Amino acid sequence: MKRVQFSRPLFPYLLLVPQLSIILIFFYWPAAEAIRSSFYLEDPFGFSSTFVGFDNYHDAVTGSEYGNIAHFTLVFTGLVAFFSLSLALLLAAKADAVIRGAKSYRIFLMWVYAVAPPVAGLMGILLFDQSLGPLTQLAEFFGWDLRLGVNYWDTATAMIVISVWKQVPINFIFFLAGLQSIPRSVREAAIIDDPSSVSRFFSITFPLLAPTAFFLLIINITYALFDTFGVIDIVLKGEPGNNPITLVYKVFLDGFRGNDLGGSSAQSVILMVLVLILTVFQFRFMERRVHYS
Amino acid sequence: MNLKSVLTASVFAFVGTAALADKTEIEFWHAMGGRLGEVVNEIATDFNASQDDYTLVPVYKGNYEETLTAGIAAFRAGEQPDIIQVFDAGAATIIGAKGAVIPAQDLLTDNGIAFDANDYISGVRYFYADAAGKMVGMPFNSSTPILYFNEDAMNKAGVSAPKTWEEFQSVTAPALKEAGYVPMAQSHLPWIFTENFMSRHNLPFATNENGYGDAETKILVNNDAIKGHFTALKGWIDDGLFGYYGTGWGDNQTPFEQGEVAMWLGSSGSFGGLSKTAEFPFSATYLPYWEGVTTEPTNTFIGGAALFAMAGKSAEENKASAEFFRFLTSAEVQYTWHKETGYVPITNAAYDLAKEDGHYDRAPAAEVGIQQLTLPAGENTKGYRMGFYVQVRDVMNREYGKILSGEASVEDAFQTIEDESNKLLARFAKTQG
Repeated sequence: MKRVQFSRPLFPYLLLVPQLSIILIFFYWPAAEAIRSSFYLEDPFGFSSTFVGFDNYHDAVTGSEYGNIAHFTLVFTGLVAFFSLSLALLLAAKADAVIRGAKSYRIFLMWVYAVAPPVAGLMGILLFDQSLGPLTQLAEFFGWDLRLGVNYWDTATAMIVISVWKQVPINFIFFLAGLQSIPRSVREAAIIDDPSSVSRFFSITFPLLAPTAFFLLIINITYALFDTFGVIDIVLKGEPGNNPITLVYKVFLDGFRGNDLGGSSAQSVILMVLVLILTVFQFRFMERRVHYS
Repeated sequence: MNLKSVLTASVFAFVGTAALADKTEIEFWHAMGGRLGEVVNEIATDFNASQDDYTLVPVYKGNYEETLTAGIAAFRAGEQPDIIQVFDAGAATIIGAKGAVIPAQDLLTDNGIAFDANDYISGVRYFYADAAGKMVGMPFNSSTPILYFNEDAMNKAGVSAPKTWEEFQSVTAPALKEAGYVPMAQSHLPWIFTENFMSRHNLPFATNENGYGDAETKILVNNDAIKGHFTALKGWIDDGLFGYYGTGWGDNQTPFEQGEVAMWLGSSGSFGGLSKTAEFPFSATYLPYWEGVTTEPTNTFIGGAALFAMAGKSAEENKASAEFFRFLTSAEVQYTWHKETGYVPITNAAYDLAKEDGHYDRAPAAEVGIQQLTLPAGENTKGYRMGFYVQVRDVMNREYGKILSGEASVEDAFQTIEDESNKLLARFAKTQG
C-alpha cells in the first residue's frame, strides 16, 4: 500500500492549529488557572491573595459534608445512568418490534432530547410542586407524602426522575440504531434455535449491542456527573438547604455563589483527577470486554 | 422647505446631538425582579427626566448572589458598573475589598452634597458602615422580618397575634390548630430565626463587635437561647403547630396566601406583593420574642440590600452616581418606593412624609417594619459583618433542615454550624491579605 505523505512537514501541524488552539484556550488554560488558584486564598475582587499550599484541598475534603456529597454523587450517577440506559433499551427493543406507526412512536420518544436541562428542571418543579404538582398528588394517592425541597430523598427522587427523563431519548436513538444494524439473518437464525424472546435478547441481541452500550455508559456517566447541573440548580431554586447536591454543584456553589475561588478551584482539580482516573479505568478494563465486529 | 427652516432644523439637530453627547451615562446593576424591577425602572425614568446632565441605565442581573458575582467578575475585567446593589449577606465581601467601592458618604461630600447620618433612621444608619461608622453602602431596599397574620383566621380561632413565643406556644398556636389552620410558617431561617433572633433579644452574634471591628471574628451562634428556640420549633413542627416548607422563600409564603397557614414571618418588603395576592384581610405586627430570654426586646436588623458606587470611574460618572443617590434618598422618592413595595423608608424625612400623607392610616401594617427597626437599640443590634456569609447561611440552612427532619440533634447541628462558620471566617480573613 502506498503511504500518503505530506511533502511539507509543517503543513499537517498547520491543519491541527485550529483544533489545538481551541483545546488550549478552552481547556488547558482554564485548567492551569484552576490549579494555580487552588493554592491561594484570594479576595473575590482580586485585591489580595495568600499562598496557602494544600490548605484548600485539606479544607475541602475535611468539610463535614464532603463525604456525604461524594456519596450522593455516586448514588445519583449510578441510578441516573442505570435507569436512563435500561429504560431506553427497553423502549428501543419495543419500538424496534413495532411495525405500524413506528415513526410517530420514535418521534414521541425522541423529542424530549431537544429540551434544555434548565427547562426540564422547570417542568420538573412544576410537576413536583409541593402544593399543586400532579406528581406530588400522585405520590400522595399512594400514601407517599412527597415534599420537594424539605425531605432529602424526596428531592433526590425528583432530581433523578427529571435527569433520567431528559437522558432517555438520546440513549433510545443510539440503541434503536444499534438494534436496526443487527443483520436480519442473525435474528432469524436465532428464532429457530431459541423460541424465548427474552433469552434471545440476552444471548444474541445484547452482546451485539455491547459497543453501543459501552459508548452510552461513558456518555451517561459524564451526563449524570456534569450535565445534570442545570436540573439540580433549578430544582434547588438557588437555595440548597438540606437537599442533596453533587460534587460539581458544590464547585459552583462555593465559587460562584460563595465567591471562594481558591476552595472552589481545589474541588474542581479533585474532580479533574477523578475523571481522569475514571476514563483510564473505563478504557483499560471495560473496553476489553466489548467486541467490535 | 425653505432655506431658513432647513437651517433651523439642522441647528436644532446639532444642539440636540451636542446635548446628548454631553450627557453622562451611568450603569446601575440590580437584583430587583418582577414588580420591584418595574418600580426601579420607574425611578430611573424619573431621575433621567428630572435633570439634563445624566442618564441612568438600570440593568437587572438576576438574584442577589448572581448580581454580586457578576459585579465581581466585571470589576476584575475592568468593566464594572457605576452602581451595584449588594445584599446584606454580601456586605462583608464588598466592604472588605478595600478599593472596590467609594464609600457613599465620601461620594456625596466630595461632590458637594450634604450628608448627615442622622437624616437616616436609626436601624439603617450603621448596617452598611465601616468600623469607624462611615456609611459605605447607601441603604436602598431595606426591610426587616415581621409577623403577618390572616385576620379571618385569628377571628375564627378567637386569638390575637402573639407578642411572645410563650404566648404563641401556649395560646395562639393551639387555638389556630383547633380552628383548622397550620398556625405559622416562615420564609428564611438564617435571616429570621438566627440573625434577627440575635438582634431581637440583644444577643451578640459574633465576637469583635459583631464583626465590625478590625480583629479576628468568631461567630457566637451556639448559645442556649437559640438552641432553646430551635428545640421548641422542632416540637411545634412535630405537633402540627408550625409548617416548614423548605428553604424556598415562595414555598413558605404560598400556603399563607392560600389561607392554609394563619401567620407568616416574612419581609416587610413583601407587603406590596401580599396586598395584591392575598384574598383575605391581613395585618402585621412585630417579630415575637422569648420572654424567658429578655423582657426588653430590641430592634431587628435591616435586611435587603444597599447600593455601592464602584471605584475606577471618571469624576463625571462619580458625580452622576452622587446625584442619583441624592435623588434616591429624597423624601418623595423614598416615600414612593416605600408605598409601592413595602420596603421601609430609609430617611426620617420620608417617614414623616408617609405619616403626613396618611399612608399608615390607610394601611397600618405598612408601618410595622419601620417601627420595629426604630425600637430601642441594644449594643448588639446595629448589624453584623461576617465574610463568606453566603456560605455561612447555606451551612445554617442545611443544618436547620437536618434538625427539622430529625436527622441531627439541635446540639450537634449548632456545633457544626459554629465549627464550619468559624472555619469559613478564618478562610475569609486570609483572603483579606
